[in-house]
Amino acid sequence: MKRFLLPLGIFVVVVGFLGVGLKLNPREVPSPLVGRSAPDFSLPQLHDPEKVFSPKELTGKVWLLNFWASWCGGCKDEHPVLMQLAQSGEVPIYGMDYKDRREEALTWLRRWGNPYPAIAVDESGRVGINYGVYGVPETYVIDKAGVIRYKQIGPLDEDTVKGKILPLVRELQNK
Amino acid sequence: MRWLLVIILLIPCVAAAKEARPLADNPQAEARLKQLAVELRCLVCQNQTLADSNAPLAEDLRREVREMIAKDMSDKEIIDFLVARYGDFVLYRPPLKTTTTLLWLGPFLLLIAGATTLVLALRRRQKKLADASLSEEERNRVAQLLSEGAKHR
Repeated sequence: MKRFLLPLGIFVVVVGFLGVGLKLNPREVPSPLVGRSAPDFSLPQLHDPEKVFSPKELTGKVWLLNFWASWCGGCKDEHPVLMQLAQSGEVPIYGMDYKDRREEALTWLRRWGNPYPAIAVDESGRVGINYGVYGVPETYVIDKAGVIRYKQIGPLDEDTVKGKILPLVRELQNK
Repeated sequence: MRWLLVIILLIPCVAAAKEARPLADNPQAEARLKQLAVELRCLVCQNQTLADSNAPLAEDLRREVREMIAKDMSDKEIIDFLVARYGDFVLYRPPLKTTTTLLWLGPFLLLIAGATTLVLALRRRQKKLADASLSEEERNRVAQLLSEGAKHR
């Protein structure tokens, strides 16, 4: 019996590792930008291309930056969550219309509702690259000093908002 | 009928043949892009390189790298630019860091462990073989059996 103990032990360890590996999400690549200043940009706004949106205007506020697009399926999924969060008034969500067509984006917002006080337009995707975006939707929590505190890859759901985003936002607001 | 055939055969001569168009105005820059792009991972289709992927993000990143090449940035600067945004994950060859020591040294540790086990097992077996001594009677019987076997062949 004793001679089986070692192989059995190895087997258990390997199964343990594989089990943990199964639960990991390969799409969640840790961002090196968390803890660093949010990259600056100034981009035309969606509703009024004459106006410019820049994260500098929001210094002193805790805010969310949500990359979305009218062509993106996940954005439709998280949209009700964003609407609810916007209505709660706890934290403003600024939008970044990522590689989209202006007309289609406007139609999308008219159809589903607009949770954003302002939306910047990143037509070429360059600002997206600076933020390390690789698939919309992605959402960043940015603190009063303009530092990225959290990055959500993929759609936000109620659990993430209640469990991670809101506690973090409250903590940052009280600082 | 024959004339018609001749005319048909002559059609290709009218279409002026041209060399294949290069992918970029500057073939040297394109070669550098290719060289860099096979070292970089596309983040959308994670098991493809930036060179292989057709994802829109990969196209954007290639454009970005192309521009950096045009600005005469070094390979290291270009790679640092991407790592600063996407992390070490964009690199197909992970760098040697404290967090990646197991990844780099793991195979060698496994090799050493395997080799040690093999040596130990062989030694133990040799000891067992040496212990199995034969008596005079057994030795005779072995000789007899072996010679019998030779005859049958």
